[in-house]
Amino acid sequence: MTRLQTNLPGLTMKNPIMPASGCFGFGEEFANLYDLNQLGAIALKATTNHPRFGNETPRVAETPAGMLNAIGLQNPGLDKVISEKLSWLETYDTPLLANIAGTTMEDYEEVAADLSETNQVGALELNISCPNVKEGGIAFGTDPDLAAELTRRVKAVSTCPVYVKLSPNVTDITVLAQAVERAGADGLSMINTLSGMKIDIHSGKPLLANESGGLSGPAIKPIAIRMIHEVRKQTELPIIGMGGISTLNDIIEFIIAGADAVAVGTANFTNPFICPELIDELEDYAKAKGLENIQELRQKGVNSF
Amino acid sequence: MIVRSNREIAENIFEMTLQGEIVQEITAPGQFLHIKPSAQPVPLLRRPISICNNNKQNNELTIIYRTEGEGTTLLSERKENDSVDVLGPLGNGFSIDETKQEETALIVGGGVGVPPLYSLALALFERGVKVTTVLGFADAASVFYENRFKEAGEVYVSTIDGSAGSKGLVTDVIDNESLQFDRLYACGPTPMLKALEENYPNAQGSLSLEERMGCGIGACFACVCHTQNDPGGSEYRKVCSDGPVFPWREVVL
Repeated sequence: MTRLQTNLPGLTMKNPIMPASGCFGFGEEFANLYDLNQLGAIALKATTNHPRFGNETPRVAETPAGMLNAIGLQNPGLDKVISEKLSWLETYDTPLLANIAGTTMEDYEEVAADLSETNQVGALELNISCPNVKEGGIAFGTDPDLAAELTRRVKAVSTCPVYVKLSPNVTDITVLAQAVERAGADGLSMINTLSGMKIDIHSGKPLLANESGGLSGPAIKPIAIRMIHEVRKQTELPIIGMGGISTLNDIIEFIIAGADAVAVGTANFTNPFICPELIDELEDYAKAKGLENIQELRQKGVNSF
Repeated sequence: MIVRSNREIAENIFEMTLQGEIVQEITAPGQFLHIKPSAQPVPLLRRPISICNNNKQNNELTIIYRTEGEGTTLLSERKENDSVDVLGPLGNGFSIDETKQEETALIVGGGVGVPPLYSLALALFERGVKVTTVLGFADAASVFYENRFKEAGEVYVSTIDGSAGSKGLVTDVIDNESLQFDRLYACGPTPMLKALEENYPNAQGSLSLEERMGCGIGACFACVCHTQNDPGGSEYRKVCSDGPVFPWREVVL
């Protein structure tokens, strides 16, 4: 049963499939439905130094083959994440990828230092691409110099590997990828949501209370594939690919494009059992294709185009 | 679940009966189903629709919904024996344990907020509670279940335009008829719930909320509301998994 084994910095995974940050809370709700140990890893909901309520509602809006969300990084804050969420997760042996967010570089440093010190998280995921908070967040994700400085500073205070979650809301994502690689990033997560808006034609106003939100779901998959393909040509850093994954074929496509592992986001909302279902399907696929390891797909793929 | 019937019972209001094992898991009136209207990615998300009534002996339940957008329109096109992708029953329903036999329960429903109150009315009636129901609708064409609620007790109907029942809001009916009660249960538009909470600041009982949802199981934080204890702070309730039924004065309406 090692066909799906995937080893990335800080994340020794029995398969390359994890739920994406923000789409899985801290796992409690899904633990009522299936054993979280089946997952390759768990990307936790973004943690900030202080508790955040987030944005007012409506926070979600449906779009063709997608959805917009503007949750606003709601989370119980660093102390409670450590004392309640991480201690609850201790009973699982699935590696944790802790997503961290903030409005200043000092915020990120504080959260990164404390979370990595717990020894419970396998790696950190720097959220420099949340489009739904007014300050910080996305600014770090669109300016290569700021992104690099933040990466360097977080690396300096962290005792575990650091992945940087890249925003697609940029002209050339390879510039950001290379900037954070030079700054010491251990891996990349890509892509976060695309900034979008839906207007209620009856009221004439944006449907979301936050006005704009992040677009996710199958609608954004071709963009994610294109961006991963572009970045893979520039770097050998591990890439956790995400953006609209909901089927086995999507996962294969992401791996061929250059992803080492994948994260499933919005699909958890329409089918809460999607992750274990896809893990079983990927195992069957690898067996049927006679692959010794699923990464053979990537080697075939990226070198051939 | 399998569609047993699906018919229009008022203007743009459909009653669908579904059959499946999950009926056995229903624990209280006011729980809801999260329904995927299409197997395709458009429309993408599930629709939360409250359970109106259920029959555990033949594994059937009833939902009532208004065709408002793409998803509910697709749902209205389902025929007998079609299958429907259902997640549920979800959420916490109405608790009636504290309502005593000799007490009077006032049930107030507005529009598509009416359905979850039907099984509540029946449960209270079976418990020996005196049930009075006030139902508010936009107009005569959108009235439904008036006679069904009569199985549980006295029923008053009001419409905004006065084309059925008395003209005005449900709160006007309660005032004009001087309705007295020990417990107040309600589901409907937020302005209606707000008016009830203001008019009866000491009411015992509970209300059920409607909100746009993502996952329906508490993971996505789409349907979050503030609490009255901490209205501007970080304390919250999730409508899907902490509710949709809450005691009066617990959450900010």
